[in-house]
Amino acid sequence: MHIVVCIKQVPDSAQIRVHPVTNTIMRQGVPAIINPFDLFALEEALRLKDKYGARVTVMSMGPAQAEEAMKKALSFGANDAILVSDKIFAGADTLATSYALAAAIRKLDETRPVDIVFTGKQTIDGDTAQVGPGLAIRLNAQLLTYVSKIRGIDAATREIVVERRAEGGVQVLASKMPCVVTMLEGSNEMRFATMPDMFRAARFDVQHWNRDAAGIEDIKQVGLKGSPTVVAKVFAPSPKAVKAEMIPGETPAAQCTALVDRLFAEHPKLAADLLKHLDSLNHSPEAAR
Amino acid sequence: MSETVSEKFDAIVVGAGPAGNAAAYTLAKAGLAVLQIERGEYPGSKNVQGAILYSHALEAIIPDFRDSAPLERHIVEQRMWLLDESTSYTGAHFRSEEFNKPPYNRYTIIRARFDKWFSQQVRDAGALVICETTVTGLLKNEAGKVIGVRTERENGDILADVVILADGVNSLVGQRAGLRPDIAPKDAALAVKEILFLPKEVIEQRFNVSGSQGVVIEIAGSITGGMLGTAFLYTNKDSLAIGVGCILEDMKKQKMTPAELLERVKRHPAIRPLIEGGEMKEYAAHLIPEGGYNALPQLYGDGWVMVGDSAGFVNAIHREGSNLAMTTGRIAAETVIELKTAGKPFSAANLAAYKARLDDSFVMKDLKKYAEAPDMLLDNPHMLGMYPDFLARSAQTMLTVDGIDKRAKQREILARLKQKRSLWGIIGDAYKFWRAFK
Repeated sequence: MHIVVCIKQVPDSAQIRVHPVTNTIMRQGVPAIINPFDLFALEEALRLKDKYGARVTVMSMGPAQAEEAMKKALSFGANDAILVSDKIFAGADTLATSYALAAAIRKLDETRPVDIVFTGKQTIDGDTAQVGPGLAIRLNAQLLTYVSKIRGIDAATREIVVERRAEGGVQVLASKMPCVVTMLEGSNEMRFATMPDMFRAARFDVQHWNRDAAGIEDIKQVGLKGSPTVVAKVFAPSPKAVKAEMIPGETPAAQCTALVDRLFAEHPKLAADLLKHLDSLNHSPEAAR
Repeated sequence: MSETVSEKFDAIVVGAGPAGNAAAYTLAKAGLAVLQIERGEYPGSKNVQGAILYSHALEAIIPDFRDSAPLERHIVEQRMWLLDESTSYTGAHFRSEEFNKPPYNRYTIIRARFDKWFSQQVRDAGALVICETTVTGLLKNEAGKVIGVRTERENGDILADVVILADGVNSLVGQRAGLRPDIAPKDAALAVKEILFLPKEVIEQRFNVSGSQGVVIEIAGSITGGMLGTAFLYTNKDSLAIGVGCILEDMKKQKMTPAELLERVKRHPAIRPLIEGGEMKEYAAHLIPEGGYNALPQLYGDGWVMVGDSAGFVNAIHREGSNLAMTTGRIAAETVIELKTAGKPFSAANLAAYKARLDDSFVMKDLKKYAEAPDMLLDNPHMLGMYPDFLARSAQTMLTVDGIDKRAKQREILARLKQKRSLWGIIGDAYKFWRAFK
């Protein structure tokens, strides 16, 4: 079984620091990380590697410095890493990105057939969740989005069964392979790399594929030229005018009671539901014990 | 956990700051098998400095560093200012055309960029650099000789002939292994800094420089509120670095937060117009070991040596640290290379050569010269508070033209001094000052 995990290097938004005095954002020195959602995809792929002996190739489209992200993925245990990188890819939106990645995956498929393509649900910088579905369409593969768990794979029938988080519940879906799976956050926890794997990753020669290597002929489909998306304006949302209010009271307990009274007065349904819930707890067998 | 990686190294360097990088680079360049382990996400992620790069220290390691290192401005002018709390300042400027002749003596740098470059040189020289990995302890054999390190990773024990500890001011590895005590609050300064972005032209105008010329301003006085410490303002290409640091013990006593202290410096009328309009892009804080010569721990032992901040190599009086870090890292590496080449074991007796070479270098000579200065200043806080303020007020009195005759003004100044300090007190201070700085 051959699994391709598509990852993206993004700025670590968690480390964009805010100045304690002026409350302004400090972008300088913000490190680049693997898109956190992609780590769930990578870990799920590595679990299939452990369970079924699958081969895991990580792939990314990005500038040369994205090699750091590839090496990190290798340290977790990926077998191979391909960085699809060419000046011509610069300025790509999701349409152009999925075009270039799909071409590279098709190229890879020629030498080693690909069974599953994993991606994260979305990236933390673009937040579109479009590249995964874009790949499925372009590769003519089944699409499984918002997957929270891989239940199992039947190698003989080439069938995969997954749990998909949907509004109001969980769907259990079976699909033929090849397929594209986009993983939901929180579905697993990334492993801690072993020291030998850290050594291997540090010394690994990440493959760099330019547009020729990726088998891209139509350069009008990639980079800025292949991107119909136009960013009209970037702006910070204006702060809402919410007023802070001090709840008076002699003691913290009195303040709390006053606060709860206020909340219940403004949300009568919440009060009724809570009282009903507390009542049921009091009459439950556990409470009796 | 305790399983060992099969590969053995000639040397393991713990930490990727200036000292660790200098050591790893020197060792790798000489063909030794070097592993460098860094706790942070990437080399430099834990590092903070003003930052001034002293050419001589790096030149001794990478002679042609100027061709590729990301440098900001070369220093043509140094200002030494004494700031009172909020009103006035006195100071001296030194500017020289000699500083304008390449190769330049000092540069301002932005550490985030510089460290990335330095680490790349280390990798290119052939060292294996592993990040995001914490060294939890040192491996020792039955005889007590250090034979490698233990990390938190699976199969994370790694063997080496010698371990170079460059793990920074707290040196948790050194502490845990009992090689040095925890740093005392009187021996550590807490420093904070900001990088403020301003257009290049504005910086050139405000500091009277052009091209790649730059200015450094070192600041002392009662601006630090009686706490022992200094502040600085450095010019980068299109940003200013401003910071202040004080001895931790003093900050604890005064319950002063670093952010408050920095705000006070920034509000001072001597500083405010220089930084006005700057957009803050970086805020960082770090401890600096300022105990000097008397606080140095044991520097070597069977199978290990200690370099840089982890050993406390900082000349607080002259605001030098990274050059001492690079130099001690280099000299430790050169000692290791010599022993390796001669086929000698890395015993404490043989590694004593490291200390001997340091004694012979500016590192130990400078630290010895100012051995008594840190404690003297800590015990006599008025040295950096009362005298500068007195100087400022005297200047104020003499330079205010108001119809009062000059001799009367002199009497007023003298009376003010006597009120603050007795004649014997002044003589005592002068003697103490001379002793500490001779």
